[in-house]
Amino acid sequence: MIIVAVNGETHRVTAGVTVAGLLAALQVPTEGVAVAVDAAVVPRTSWDRVVVDGDEIEVLCAVPGG
Amino acid sequence: MTIGAATDDLVIAGRTLRSRLIMGTGGAPNQTVLEAALLASGTELTTVAMRRVDAGGGTGVLEVVRRHGISVLPNTAGCHTAAEAVLTAQLAREALHTDWVKLEVVADDRTLLPDAVELLRAAQRLVDDGFVVLPYTTDDPIVARRLEDVGCAAVMPLGAPIGSGLGICNPHALEMIVAQAGVPVICDAGLGTASDAAQAMELGCDAVLLASAVTRADDPVRMARAMAAAVSAGRDARLAGRIPKRFWAQASSPPRC
Repeated sequence: MIIVAVNGETHRVTAGVTVAGLLAALQVPTEGVAVAVDAAVVPRTSWDRVVVDGDEIEVLCAVPGG
Repeated sequence: MTIGAATDDLVIAGRTLRSRLIMGTGGAPNQTVLEAALLASGTELTTVAMRRVDAGGGTGVLEVVRRHGISVLPNTAGCHTAAEAVLTAQLAREALHTDWVKLEVVADDRTLLPDAVELLRAAQRLVDDGFVVLPYTTDDPIVARRLEDVGCAAVMPLGAPIGSGLGICNPHALEMIVAQAGVPVICDAGLGTASDAAQAMELGCDAVLLASAVTRADDPVRMARAMAAAVSAGRDARLAGRIPKRFWAQASSPPRC
């Protein structure tokens, strides 16, 4: 198991899980969202990237504002 | 010019907008009111913010906006540094498939005033990264000039602090920005009522961006309509050329002989 943070919350997840797998496991919506790992955007085409221990993952979407 | 017949479109970065009122989606009591207000405003471009997604949280605002063919302008609200703003803009581009961004980098949460140093830094980086950058800025003409110099597609000086409803606190500063700008000037933030929007346009602003003045009004739909009319009236008045202000009266009837 590895420990990652998703939107500020700590999760223990199986080693080798991908970004896409992590979002699915956490039931995070995947439409209209964007992902950053350690303050760098991970394009949707690269969601097969494996997350590693200590990754800080942010998943953002549009909300009313401005 | 033929009254009402001439096209007077707003062009930003080569894109044409018929409405000079850009409405934000923040502050509405619910989605139904927001939708009705957006429609009443006639806006073709509307801002959204980017926030952490929560499980089960939908993208309701996008559905509303897109249902009516309104374009989305993501903002970087809540960012205090250039680095935060750049990342937020990049995430917005990825999530919403637009390279337009309303760039906000505020100094603190009490004033919500732009941090000019961080703003300029973020603007430069985003322009270099291919974004169409519309920066929310102070009413400082020199900062506006610097933002234009780094390649921003418009400058968006405040009328007053965000959500304050104080109207245009420094009309002369806005006039100076308008007088020197080579890109559209959009009065963004602080407007309270229709006369404020009309004043912004009379001062020569190319458009007005507002949210709270509509969404937090007692009757948002009616205020959206009022704002649309005010922007249109103010624009017409600007193009019509107002009479000079005089100290003494000038009779409009011929003198009696």
